[in-house]
Amino acid sequence: MRFKPPVFASQDASRAVQTIEVPRIELRSSRMGKVLDVLFRYSLLICALSVLAIMALFFYELTSRSQLSISKFGFRFFTGNTWDPVSGDFGAMPFIYGTLVSSLVALALATPLAVGVAVFVTELCPRSLRGLISFTVELLAAIPSVVYGLWGIFVLAPLLRTYVEPWLAKYLAWTGFFTGPAYGIGMLAASVILAIMIVPIIASITREVLIAVPQNQREAVLALGATRWEMVRMAVLRNARAGIMGGIILGLGRAIGETMAVTMVIGNRPEVAKSLFAPGYTMASVIANEFSEASDDLYLSALIEIGLALLIVTVIVNACARLLIWSITRGQGARTHA
Amino acid sequence: MPSFTRPLGPARRLKNIGFVVASVLASVLVLAPLVSIFGYLVYKGVGSVNLAFVTHLPKPVGEEGGGMANAIVGSLMILGLGSLIGVPLGIGAGIYLAEFGRGRFVTLVRFTADVLNGVPSIVVGIAAYALVVLPQHHFSALSAGVALGIMMIPTIARTTEEMLLMVPNTIREAALGLGISQWRTTLQVTLRTASKGVITGAMLAFARVAGETAPLLFTAFGNQFWNLDPNQPTSALPLQIFSYAISPFDEWHRQAWAGALVLIILIVVAVSAVRVVTSRGTMTHNA
Repeated sequence: MRFKPPVFASQDASRAVQTIEVPRIELRSSRMGKVLDVLFRYSLLICALSVLAIMALFFYELTSRSQLSISKFGFRFFTGNTWDPVSGDFGAMPFIYGTLVSSLVALALATPLAVGVAVFVTELCPRSLRGLISFTVELLAAIPSVVYGLWGIFVLAPLLRTYVEPWLAKYLAWTGFFTGPAYGIGMLAASVILAIMIVPIIASITREVLIAVPQNQREAVLALGATRWEMVRMAVLRNARAGIMGGIILGLGRAIGETMAVTMVIGNRPEVAKSLFAPGYTMASVIANEFSEASDDLYLSALIEIGLALLIVTVIVNACARLLIWSITRGQGARTHA
Repeated sequence: MPSFTRPLGPARRLKNIGFVVASVLASVLVLAPLVSIFGYLVYKGVGSVNLAFVTHLPKPVGEEGGGMANAIVGSLMILGLGSLIGVPLGIGAGIYLAEFGRGRFVTLVRFTADVLNGVPSIVVGIAAYALVVLPQHHFSALSAGVALGIMMIPTIARTTEEMLLMVPNTIREAALGLGISQWRTTLQVTLRTASKGVITGAMLAFARVAGETAPLLFTAFGNQFWNLDPNQPTSALPLQIFSYAISPFDEWHRQAWAGALVLIILIVVAVSAVRVVTSRGTMTHNA
């Protein structure tokens, strides 16, 4: 949105198109106005406070509702390997492992792609394509998670099973990460889906940070005779690395908390397996699958404790990412107009 | 620092070509899933979306046909409830941040809103469960609305704030200088000037939560029948897609694709309808 200075009708009637017309309102000031002002201000303050209240409420509700599990298992909850609702023994290790591995593999897949797209859009592509590509990448972020899951089950998993996994098993089995039967559904499918879902986040932040790199830095390096690649490496990426890091951490936060798509393709088996072909389970998916069936209080409390762990981790991760991004783009983003 | 005075050697030339090829390849790889997803949605979904699909209830396993009418209505109800909670609070918070925002308190709210944006939706679901479902002792559309409303607040607050900050200060000063009270200046001058952007922001938040499934799993819970009572368990489009997609029946898979197509269409229609209405509004306003 851009505002041009108002043009008076007498000056140039034909040009008076894109001007702001300040709405006409009656001038009636009274003592009521003062009272309403105070009322207005305080009701807005309540709205602003609601943001803080929600965050506090999340922590309060999840902590108090998981007391049972916290007091019974203590720290053992996070290192235990068994998840047995029947005998009431709960350990979250398989889920923590699944969340960590799927998110990190997704990050490793998504980061080069996202940075590549951002560099292409800001540094290389013709101006006419620029808007189209950014728009399409953002469209990826608008697709609901459950639709990704649907696509994952019926398109991605068969693709992995018939083409990608046999190839990986043939050439990279020696690493130990690509062994065992290729189901299609499993840790690898979850990582790939997650990667597709976090690319737009990393790409859009990276694009913002790249745009923030001053133009004269690029010109200076080019003027020294650098090639495009040398220009991007020395002038652009080096200046933007902290911001890109922020984008990556933000993507990590999203990957850790992503639920539906992962639940649909990861296979949902609480086991710690080295091979990426094997089915796994994540913290978010175990809540999604078992929460409404949790029959006794301890079971429910254990699931809520996993939720609490997710909350704490994502809050820390997002806080770090925001601080990094804020420190880079300060002066462009939100700032009071005063 | 390499010296650039030498003529461009083959190594540098190759590296440069490799860089261009790699970034083009990355772009293609990123766009491929999008094309594939939309292609499959249309290819698998279009044949199953018909009048029966949007007017009929789901059929039991083994019977052909049936639709998701109750899920579509349920989704609209939950989204309506969510917007009733999320839009006013979000816009209010945004106005406060932009117009009265000074000092540490505002930075804290802004930061919390950004962090809140990254809290997983499943966690929001648990909070809504603890807040509404547990005291009521049953699942309900209302609890799902609370979950979605909570998710809308931080997004709307931040976009509203950004839009209001773009309104030049001179406009505020002009209004205040005429002796117009603060609340009228803010609502009728500043907010109105930025209304297009504010509405777009609210719409984006709406579109974001419209496809959410995780927070509905143990709030709205799902329902095979009609329900128009906000205090009862309700079906929702994303829930129905999820349960059909993980089922073992081909007929249900077909319906899941159709449901996903309808969901995407609903989101796109809602967003573009608001775009059209707001742009027309400002056009007549300027004329």
